[in-house]
Amino acid sequence: MTTDTSTQDTKGYLNMELLRFTTAGSVDDGKSTLIGRLLYDSKSIFEDQYEAIEESSKRKGDEHVNLALLTDGLRAEREQGITIDVAYRYFATPKRKFIIADTPGHIQYTRNMVTGASTANLALILVDARKGVVEQTYRHTFIAALLGIPHVVFCINKMDLVDYKEETFNTIKDQVEAFASKLETKDIRFLPISALQGDNVVYESEHMPWYKGGTLLYLLETIHIGSDHNHIDCRFPVQQVIRPQSDKYHDFRGYAGRIAGGVFKPGDDVTVLPSGFSSKIQSIHTYTEELSEAFAPMSVTIQLEDEIDISRGDMIVRDNNRPHVGQDIDIMICWMNEKPLVPNGKYAIQHTTNDARCLVKNIHYKVDINTLHRMEDDKSIKMNDIARVTLRTTKPLFYDRYSRNRVTGSVILIDEGTNETVAAGMII
Amino acid sequence: MKAYNITHLRELEAEAIYVIREVASQFENPAILFSGGKDSITVAHLARKAFFPAKVPFPLVHIDTGHNFAETISFRDEYIRELGAELIVGSVQESIDEGKVVEEKGYNASRNALQTVTLLDTIEANKFDACLGGARRDEEKARAKERFFSHRDEFGQWDPKNQRPELWNLFNGKKHFGENFRVFPISNWTEMDVWQYILLENIQLPSLYFAHEREIFIRDNVIMASNPLVPQRDTEVSVKKTIRFRTIGDMTCTGAVESSASTLEEIIEEVAASRQTERGTRSDDKRSEAAMEDRKKQGYF
Repeated sequence: MTTDTSTQDTKGYLNMELLRFTTAGSVDDGKSTLIGRLLYDSKSIFEDQYEAIEESSKRKGDEHVNLALLTDGLRAEREQGITIDVAYRYFATPKRKFIIADTPGHIQYTRNMVTGASTANLALILVDARKGVVEQTYRHTFIAALLGIPHVVFCINKMDLVDYKEETFNTIKDQVEAFASKLETKDIRFLPISALQGDNVVYESEHMPWYKGGTLLYLLETIHIGSDHNHIDCRFPVQQVIRPQSDKYHDFRGYAGRIAGGVFKPGDDVTVLPSGFSSKIQSIHTYTEELSEAFAPMSVTIQLEDEIDISRGDMIVRDNNRPHVGQDIDIMICWMNEKPLVPNGKYAIQHTTNDARCLVKNIHYKVDINTLHRMEDDKSIKMNDIARVTLRTTKPLFYDRYSRNRVTGSVILIDEGTNETVAAGMII
Repeated sequence: MKAYNITHLRELEAEAIYVIREVASQFENPAILFSGGKDSITVAHLARKAFFPAKVPFPLVHIDTGHNFAETISFRDEYIRELGAELIVGSVQESIDEGKVVEEKGYNASRNALQTVTLLDTIEANKFDACLGGARRDEEKARAKERFFSHRDEFGQWDPKNQRPELWNLFNGKKHFGENFRVFPISNWTEMDVWQYILLENIQLPSLYFAHEREIFIRDNVIMASNPLVPQRDTEVSVKKTIRFRTIGDMTCTGAVESSASTLEEIIEEVAASRQTERGTRSDDKRSEAAMEDRKKQGYF
């Protein structure tokens, strides 16, 4: 395992991967301390940052340097001692670069966890070893599954306060496993840690010889993330048409976008939606470099052999593997706005590079996120609620199930009066 | 079986290019805020890649305090000429002459805060509806909560407690008349990522970033370039040192580091071993614990 991460090999960065993870825990689970510990022990804290929190700790009368202060952001948060909004943190080891979406744990901030989870490969869920599994643990586990996070790691924290006992760890593990068996998350791990003391975070613990797995950092550095993107179903939502106004590139017509799934190669037979016209890929490039293949999440420009009328919002796919095309979309939504959902209300909808309007045709049920119970009688969808609804869109969308592809399976709803993003939706 | 992986730099690049193309698609009159520093140079480079072989479809906007290093201005002019883009300059001196802002006085006087007024005026005068900037979330704690698409009201203000949630890669650029957006394509990059990318792509930078000999003096433990704009106290004696700048801002508030790093490889080694953040040399951030947050709310970069 890696202990010295202070010096980066100046050539090694050419082989580093990117892992995005989100952290969730309820109040006082030690989440901020864990992040502080990861940053501090991986030597990602700079002297001036450390000095600043050292001084703040002293001013507040804390005994130790409070590593949790490293993640304090806005003034209101410092004053109230809580996190309000998703904050992003960064650190790197010679193997990987990490992006942490640090989300607050309070019940009213479900929407923040959904936001942080939407781009994550992995979720860290903290459980206080003294309290065991609480309602919020279920909620965080459910949201991680709902948002399709491939890997979920439960950190059983504060093991120092339960004498590092294996039984405590096992009891919590069994409880979580029983709940998680009802969900779709495939990769679930458990780690006994103490963020405050540093056990099993970056350095192996001397207090828990019964635990044979690696440290949290080792797990983060080695967990297989190569299959987290869909490399099977070819999907290329066209973002923009590139037509240079210059003599040299007079006839150039390229389709710019980010690959949402599958592997595209020059010579591939493709179909363009919605027109249904077929052509062949002539070339794929980024800047001046011609590519022999391209896959998610690369941003490229594709040229086709035939001149077809294509514009933003169209999708290039393979002939033999097409997405669903339709206007009646069944989705799970997380409501994110103080103004509740209006039944039969109209909203703007964004899906890949497509814009449309939609009508909330039907509210099927609301989910009690602590019990997974479906509440079919309660159809008032308020902030932080999760519900299953059917939308009718003004034009066809080209989509996949969210569980199949997180890019072509996700939508946002926008209030047409305020322009605020009011809901996140995952297509079923 | 073949593994379909890309490196962290290529993934960050793909994300940034996607964001820049969204700006071109969702807005009518975007611009790139260009300071001549490495972050905005990186954004301009990414924009060039995003639209190739077409030209970058945005003008570059420079808010000139009149207190820039000469090296920055000559680099800027050469860079714009080569890119073939339009340059729009917003002048802080003009804002002062028109009486819109009042120059600070004293030893630590800086035009840094005054820039906000000039910036907002320039956005309004040119009717820009989106301004691309090179701010990164790792720079400062108030920036850690910034969105890729950051909404600004008709006064150009940022409301950190009422930001739109940003999910997946679905960016909501919808706005009312008079409102605009700041967009930060390299939000997820760290200082190290930027340097590694500059090396990988062989991007040209102003000479200030590389070690050179210069007259300097020390103030509050910060190495400042001796220059006519900053009055020195009797105890602040100028000496010649080999230094370089980690960030490029005004001569009045940008500190240097002692360094012999004269190539990109050497700079990366130095950054990797560094125990201070790059903004640790910026006196504008040291004014209070929430200095950046306050400036950002008013509409700062």
